[in-house]
Amino acid sequence: MTAATAPRGGTGRRPVVRRVLPYVGIAIVALYCLAPFYWMCVSAFRRPEDQFSNAALPTNWSIKNFSAVFKPDVGFGRSLLNSLVVAGVTTILTLLVGTLTAYALARLDFKFKNAVLGLTIATSMFPGISLIIPLLKLFTNIGWINTYQAMILPSLSFILPLAVWNLTVFFRQLPFELEQAAMIDGCTRGQAFRKIIIPLAAPGVFTTAIIAFIAAWNEFIIALSMVNKKEMQTATVAVSKFTGAYGFDQPFGTQMAAGVIVTVPLVVAVLILQRRIIAGLTAGGVK
Amino acid sequence: MTTTTAGTKRPDPGKAKGKASGKDVQGTGRLAAILLSPTLIVLALVVGYPIIKALHDSLYQQGQGLDANGFVVKGDKFVGLKNYTAIFSGDNGTAFWNAFWNTSFFTVTTVIIETILGVTMAMVMHKAFKGRGFVRASILIPWAIPTAVSALLWKWIFQSDGVANAVIGTKVLWTTEGFHAKLAVIIADTWKTAPLIGLLVLAGLQTIPSEVYEAAKVDGASAAQTFWRITLPLIKPVLLIAVLFRLLDVLRMFDLPYVLIGDHKDSVETLSILAFNEAGSLRFGPAAAYATILFVYVALVAYAFVKLLGADVIGQMRSGSKAAPAKKKEAPVRVRQEVAA
Repeated sequence: MTAATAPRGGTGRRPVVRRVLPYVGIAIVALYCLAPFYWMCVSAFRRPEDQFSNAALPTNWSIKNFSAVFKPDVGFGRSLLNSLVVAGVTTILTLLVGTLTAYALARLDFKFKNAVLGLTIATSMFPGISLIIPLLKLFTNIGWINTYQAMILPSLSFILPLAVWNLTVFFRQLPFELEQAAMIDGCTRGQAFRKIIIPLAAPGVFTTAIIAFIAAWNEFIIALSMVNKKEMQTATVAVSKFTGAYGFDQPFGTQMAAGVIVTVPLVVAVLILQRRIIAGLTAGGVK
Repeated sequence: MTTTTAGTKRPDPGKAKGKASGKDVQGTGRLAAILLSPTLIVLALVVGYPIIKALHDSLYQQGQGLDANGFVVKGDKFVGLKNYTAIFSGDNGTAFWNAFWNTSFFTVTTVIIETILGVTMAMVMHKAFKGRGFVRASILIPWAIPTAVSALLWKWIFQSDGVANAVIGTKVLWTTEGFHAKLAVIIADTWKTAPLIGLLVLAGLQTIPSEVYEAAKVDGASAAQTFWRITLPLIKPVLLIAVLFRLLDVLRMFDLPYVLIGDHKDSVETLSILAFNEAGSLRFGPAAAYATILFVYVALVAYAFVKLLGADVIGQMRSGSKAAPAKKKEAPVRVRQEVAA
């Protein structure tokens, strides 16, 4: 970690060291981030019988852990589907509702604008459990326990503000004079919006969709509270509740394999879209 | 881009084809109301309603009880502040204060460690030109992994004969009760979120023009001086917001201790877990009281943080019409471009 400060010392007379140090630092940061993830992947590919080996690479590669995850009685396929439905619907609803609001916040001047912004941001900070407990009681009374909507609606409470915030920052940066130019050239307001603004806004909306989807996919406490039937569990809850498919106390091999399955789509999305996602994430803090 | 943001506000009133300007503002207001209402309705339903309901529920005793004659009484009974006083006394009191201190302890330690580590990471990434893309991709991986999965992953790493003990040559039973369990939670949480702080701070670092550093160098500032006098003040706004979000996030921590160490473990039980367990045993009244206390605690911390340190959460989100200096508007665009580059 000395790498952080060492190169800053402008008077250093060791050019080689100065050139190398940042890369050492980078390597440490990357190692820090990747090592535990690497361990999950490696553990997933070990044979159940040498699960507790600490070798850096499995001596015998095996996909037994993965086949254990998809045994019919585990029902993990259904959990993945549940996660997909919950996260997907949450994302779509968020975008439908949030895009309108963000457009208004970015484009229009009106009273209470700051109040709306402040309110939206504040709601995202409320502790989830404070919302879940009253909703749990309500959903119990109206028979919504073990339904998708019981997971989707509470998820909106933290994903919608996130999306509104991101989208507002993105929309702020759109060159809206292009819209006027199109209208001068004879487009109607609707046409200008459709042909100019929507294509320009698409990347921002798409990024927000990815971030919202990841947030919804990773959600745990709502899914844990609102569901007590195995068939309705989302993947994150299901993984944490795995019981031994092989006879260990806790089936870590299977859990690591399931963890890889749950995580890999996200990691692939993150790797492909990393620039966009970073732009979206930093939009919240740096504006 | 500067002109864009400043310029968008101006032509707006004149948009609706030269109507009287008074009417036009009204139209904008109505349009805004229409566009905003879906979000506000949703938030009122999923945030506003539960908060008020929790406050209400916390004053009642729910469900079934036995009356003086031993008959089952159904329905809610008003009990005033009894749920609250019950929390602070006897066994409940011990559990509550334990959870309260755990939550506060985790908040203070993780936020401090993550801030220091995050700033360090950002400086490292800022220094390196090659390999930045690679490290930025890797820094997103802890963020993308679901907390529940990362908790399992760390539980696996922290097994008695797991890799953590093998690497540092100890025989610690990390996931059993005790201080080491707290440590395990802190390590796992730090792993997942320090990179995110690093990412935000990096974006802040990239807005600092290099001339500032050159000037400092010419004036003979040492590395430490440059950091404390230039870098830190300039990234302060970004850092404060990152810290605020971390603070609020860790105050409601649930998944990590719940999955990594387990339910009903005193050493890591947070207020969220406590409230969750109350609700799980259908004691909605006390659970609502816990939820309300946690809510108030979070709100107080957020308020104190914003007041004391002056984190300007929505400051720069405000409309350009308030004649914000052009420089402030320029910065974000540059971040975006550099990040996209």
